[in-house]
Amino acid sequence: MEIKETSTVPEPEERKPSALGRMFITLYNVYSFIARFFKEAFLPPYEGKELLRQCYEIGYRSALLISTTGFITGVVFTKQSRPSLSEFGATSWLPSLVGIALLRTLAPLLTGLIAAGKVGSSIGAELGSMRVTEQIDAMEVSATNPFKFLVSTRVLAATITIPILTFYTAMVGMLGALLNVSMFESTSARAFFQSSLEQITFLDFTASTIKAILFGFTIGIVGCYQGYNSSKGTEGVGKAANSAVVIAMFLIFIEEVISVQFFGLFRT
Amino acid sequence: MREKPLTDTTAEKVIQINGLYKSFGNYHVLRGVDLDLYRGENLVVLGKSGTGKSVLIKIIIGLLTPDAGKVEVLGNVVDEITYKELLALRLQVGFSFQNSALYDSMTVRENLEFPLVRNRKTLTKGEVNKLVEETLDAVGLLQTINQMPSELSGGQRKRIGIARTLILQPEIMLYDEPTAGLDPITCLEINKLINEVQERYKTSSIVITHDLTCAKEVGNRVAMLLDGKFERQGTFEEVFNTNDERVKPFYDYNFIK
Repeated sequence: MEIKETSTVPEPEERKPSALGRMFITLYNVYSFIARFFKEAFLPPYEGKELLRQCYEIGYRSALLISTTGFITGVVFTKQSRPSLSEFGATSWLPSLVGIALLRTLAPLLTGLIAAGKVGSSIGAELGSMRVTEQIDAMEVSATNPFKFLVSTRVLAATITIPILTFYTAMVGMLGALLNVSMFESTSARAFFQSSLEQITFLDFTASTIKAILFGFTIGIVGCYQGYNSSKGTEGVGKAANSAVVIAMFLIFIEEVISVQFFGLFRT
Repeated sequence: MREKPLTDTTAEKVIQINGLYKSFGNYHVLRGVDLDLYRGENLVVLGKSGTGKSVLIKIIIGLLTPDAGKVEVLGNVVDEITYKELLALRLQVGFSFQNSALYDSMTVRENLEFPLVRNRKTLTKGEVNKLVEETLDAVGLLQTINQMPSELSGGQRKRIGIARTLILQPEIMLYDEPTAGLDPITCLEINKLINEVQERYKTSSIVITHDLTCAKEVGNRVAMLLDGKFERQGTFEEVFNTNDERVKPFYDYNFIK
């Protein structure tokens, strides 16, 4: 039997960082995670098949919820706006009001918030569960880059799909508004859409697209960060899913406020 | 129980570990670990829970980084090589997880195909299918090919986990608690499988376990992790022929003295 000599390297002493230190560590970790996403997503090899699968999961599976919410929002917004406009005899402005409101704010925000709840939580829980059950480690040891396969594809899919869903929400919302308008007035569908679209500018379209891309990226990256770095145990999975929703929703509101201010500069 | 041949210590060292340290906060897990794995041997690593056995093999495969010390696997110093080189090294080192870590959204076939289609891109669909079926047959579970992991028993999951690592035909196998949580009959089947893998695929293996029957049956050599170091290494009999109070309870508990 071999009796080994012991080494004399001193045992490291752990010093716990302060709250401020922890905040900077977290910020650094988030920064590194985002930087790694850009590196992994745009450098080969590409995970095209998994990206398409994720686009299907995010887009198709959210479509029904988003259709319902968008349609109801269109109906309710039109109904609630009518009394105020009729006081000034301006109910003919309803289509353009609904069109602008939906495209500029309601559609991106609604889609972002619903996707944060449905998609963000699902990504957080799925990756969290994979982390806890060592499936991510299993991918790593089988010489597959799990960050590229799991994170890059999900973030890209959310960034691509949320803008598409946003315009879908706007369209369904307009249909809801049309239903409400046609119940009270004799406006034709063609006149309704013509009236609502003529007030929409290229800037509205661009601003909405940029916002939706930003919301999609936020939902994807927050969900993946929380899930991928979740702590051990089922509690960690629940926490990852919950944090993914709460943080994404909070950031979406912040981004909405900033983008309204920013694009407002071009509307003078 | 069959007698395992002794390790040929003149054989090439496929893993060399020197002065390895690893801590988690103030918990110092590994405190100067030195260990060699010789080509073709099954080395069993024993130790109490929380002594760092799993940490050790996770450092070997590059899932954790050491605080100090050197880990050389097939001539590569693990924490000095690039990520790309590490991925290439991992193709030669199979890792069987304690809880199998099967991808629960994929069928057994897809679990086995996953590492293969990513790392052996020149293989045709037919060749992939053949390899998957052959490997499943080698672990005796060809009939489960279209089942989901949730439909399998604990022992079957372990076997599929081993099959998934074997499909890349690694030179080294790392088994993390292969018999944990299994009934005695399934444990014997897993022990037999580990020996079959050694013979059929000519692997060199490290087997982490608490199970002394497993240690005795599969190990050419046994190393015992005590207080963060390998203080006792040798044959099963050499390691347990002692009055060391840190070692005796293992034997007494497993063999009901």
